[in-house]
This record gives sequence, C-alpha cells and structure tokens, in this order.
Amino acid sequence: MKAIDERGYVHAEKLVSTDWVAARLEDGSIRLVESNEDPLVYPSGHIPGAVEIDWIRDLNDPIRRDYLDGKKFAELVSRLGITQETTIVFYGDKNNWWATYALWVFALFGFENTKIMDGGSLKWQKEGRPTTREIPTYAPTSVNISERSDAEHRAFRDEVLSHLKKSGQLVDVRSPQEFSGERTHMEGYPNEGALRGGHIPGAISVPWAKAISPETGEFLAAEDLKALYASLSQDEETVVYCRIGERSSHTWFVLKYLLGRDNVRNYDGSWTEWGNLVGVPIER
Amino acid sequence: MSLIPAHIQETVAMLAMFEDRAERIQALISIGERFSAPDPAKHSKPYDENHRVPGCESQVFVWGEQRGKEWYFEFAVENPQGLSAMTMAVILQDGLNGLQSDKIQHVPEDIVYEIFGRELSMGKSMGLMNMLQVCKRISQG
Repeated sequence: MKAIDERGYVHAEKLVSTDWVAARLEDGSIRLVESNEDPLVYPSGHIPGAVEIDWIRDLNDPIRRDYLDGKKFAELVSRLGITQETTIVFYGDKNNWWATYALWVFALFGFENTKIMDGGSLKWQKEGRPTTREIPTYAPTSVNISERSDAEHRAFRDEVLSHLKKSGQLVDVRSPQEFSGERTHMEGYPNEGALRGGHIPGAISVPWAKAISPETGEFLAAEDLKALYASLSQDEETVVYCRIGERSSHTWFVLKYLLGRDNVRNYDGSWTEWGNLVGVPIER
Repeated sequence: MSLIPAHIQETVAMLAMFEDRAERIQALISIGERFSAPDPAKHSKPYDENHRVPGCESQVFVWGEQRGKEWYFEFAVENPQGLSAMTMAVILQDGLNGLQSDKIQHVPEDIVYEIFGRELSMGKSMGLMNMLQVCKRISQG
C-alpha cells in the first residue's frame, strides 16, 4: 500500500500508520486506545501505553439501548486521562471495526481530535512491534463534557423514514446475504437478528470490509474507495446502516473522513430495529 | 447429576472464584496459552473446509478421532487474534477428550457464558458455541 498521505484521502490526518504510532509512544499528548471484540486481546498484549475501551461496558448504557450520557462519558475520559486537547488514536482487532465504532461515539461528544491506526492491532503484531501486558494508569483529568449531540453523526428511525421518502441515499454495509434477505443476521449472530429480512428500499449494498485490503487490513486508496461508492452523489446526505451500527461506523469513517463527504450519518438502530418495526417498507 | 464433564465443571468453578474481571480474564488467557496447533503431519494446510467451524471469525477447524468408543478432538485457530477461541479449544480438549458420544451430546452450549461471562459479544459467543456444536456433530457419527 502507498503511504497514507499518498492515497488521496480528503482528511488523511484522520488515519495514521503503525510507523507514526511507533515513533510517538512516549508522546504525552497522544492517547492510544484499543477497542476489540475479543475481551482477551487487550490483556494479552497491547501497544505500550495504550488503554482499553470496551464497546459493551464503556460505550453503551447498561439498561436502555443507547450510548452513555455526558456524565458517564466524562467519567470515562477522565479515567483514561483524556482531555479535549488529547490526540486520541484508536485501533483494535477485526480491521478496526470496533475502533471506528469507538471513534464514532467520541464524535457524538464533539471529540474530533481523533485518528485511526491503519491496519489495526493485527498489522502492529505482524510487524513484530512491541506489546506489553502492563495496564497503564494516567492521572484523572477534569473535562467539561456537554451532553451528547447526535444530530450531526447519528440517524434515528423516523429520520431514516423521512430520508427514505425523499429517496435519500442509503448504504447497507451488511453481507450480500443479509441485504438480499436470505439471512436475517450475520453468520454466527442469530440472536441479533430480525423478524424480517431484506434492506431499506433504495439502499445500495457495499459490505464494509470492501474498504479494506484483505492482505494488510489497511484502508484502500481514495480512488478505489470512490469506485466502491461511485453510485452515490457526493453532495447528497447519506445514511449508512448495518445490524447494530458497528460495521456501519467503519463505512461512516470512510465516507466522512477518507472521502470527505460532509453529510453522512450512521443509523445505529440499523437492521435490528428496522427489520423488527411494524409497517415500515422493506425491499428484497 | 450435572451433565457437564467433570473437567469443564472444575474450570467453571475455578473461574467463578474470581470476583475481579481482570483476574478472570488473566485466568482465561493462561488457559489459552496451553493451546497448540495440530500436528502438521496429521492435518496439513490448507485445511479441509469440511472441518471449519461455521460462523467463527477466528477461523477455527476441528477434527475428531474415535478410539474405541472414546472421542478425541484437535483444533486449529487460524486467526492469531482468536484468543478466546484458543481458550475454548483447550477447555473443550480437556473436557471432552476421552468421553463417549452420549456424554458429549449433553454438554450445553451456554457453557460458553459460564466460562467467558455474559459480557462477550453475541458474535463471539456464537462462534465459541459453534465450536462445541461441531464436536457434538462429529461425535454423533
């Protein structure tokens, strides 16, 4: 793969290489945050100095289906020694699937000084770079956090319905089998399924992993990404969705930052909401 | 009488003693560190897709061998970050190897939650459950 700044991204500053991270392990203005699906990965060895964000325990409300509120988010960033001035570099397993999800939640709280380490933890590991089991501790910070502001980055079901009625652009990032309705859930994820299969009418199907090089786990160059989303108009509002909003956060990152589309929102209710709603239109 | 094999019961009881989540995770990692890949002389790459555990993103393969009436399982975990899968493989080998099919059939899939806890994501837990399911299917003959 070409160097990140040679790939033609609109916001190349949102993506950093493993080299970039390796050269800044002692930089106190940077906080490395690992976010994984497998809870054993971080404790088994992570980049020195990196803290962990668990997508279930740290980012979600434990009772209602929603993300943490401003008070809990302030506690989280304080515990991790993060302020609004901190440069936060997210990375993780599964080609940064959960890292982009964490970055998206941080964006809901107005944290934009965030980046993704290209290739995630597997690339770091394959390159034989140092890891440690030592859990770092940082002095708690005091941060003024306003309540979450969902409007810019997050779409809700009624908004999606209005968007649909205007023939707005929708990207379904699930597998082709889920898109077609052949399967109501991702293979191996039956309990996160839905009563109806198919997709939101008008949505185009672009599985999230197509944006990644299967060999290295790095994001494709802008030209290749543009080709993937060629049928989307650059200026029109776009809503992305998957099953619960995690895979689509990856595509949201690609469209918003790597391709520079301003009007992109992630519908985290996604198919587990839409496929269970009474009376909404579904296409197969 | 419990349907869970004694060795798995012991593992579950050991893990239940940890009140601290971090300590419990360390115990799970320690179990996973005993994982060893299958003998390449017996199972060479690329592995036969018929042995792949469906729905497991850690790319797990399982082989079962019957010796007399007893079953013995071997696992390969192709994703180097599939640490939970490696731990599950060790627990299943410890718990199921040497058992007869009828005993294996009775092991409940939700033992995964006893081992890894409820905080495991749905995808991860289903992949791990499928490892046990494949052992059951193989030993059904």
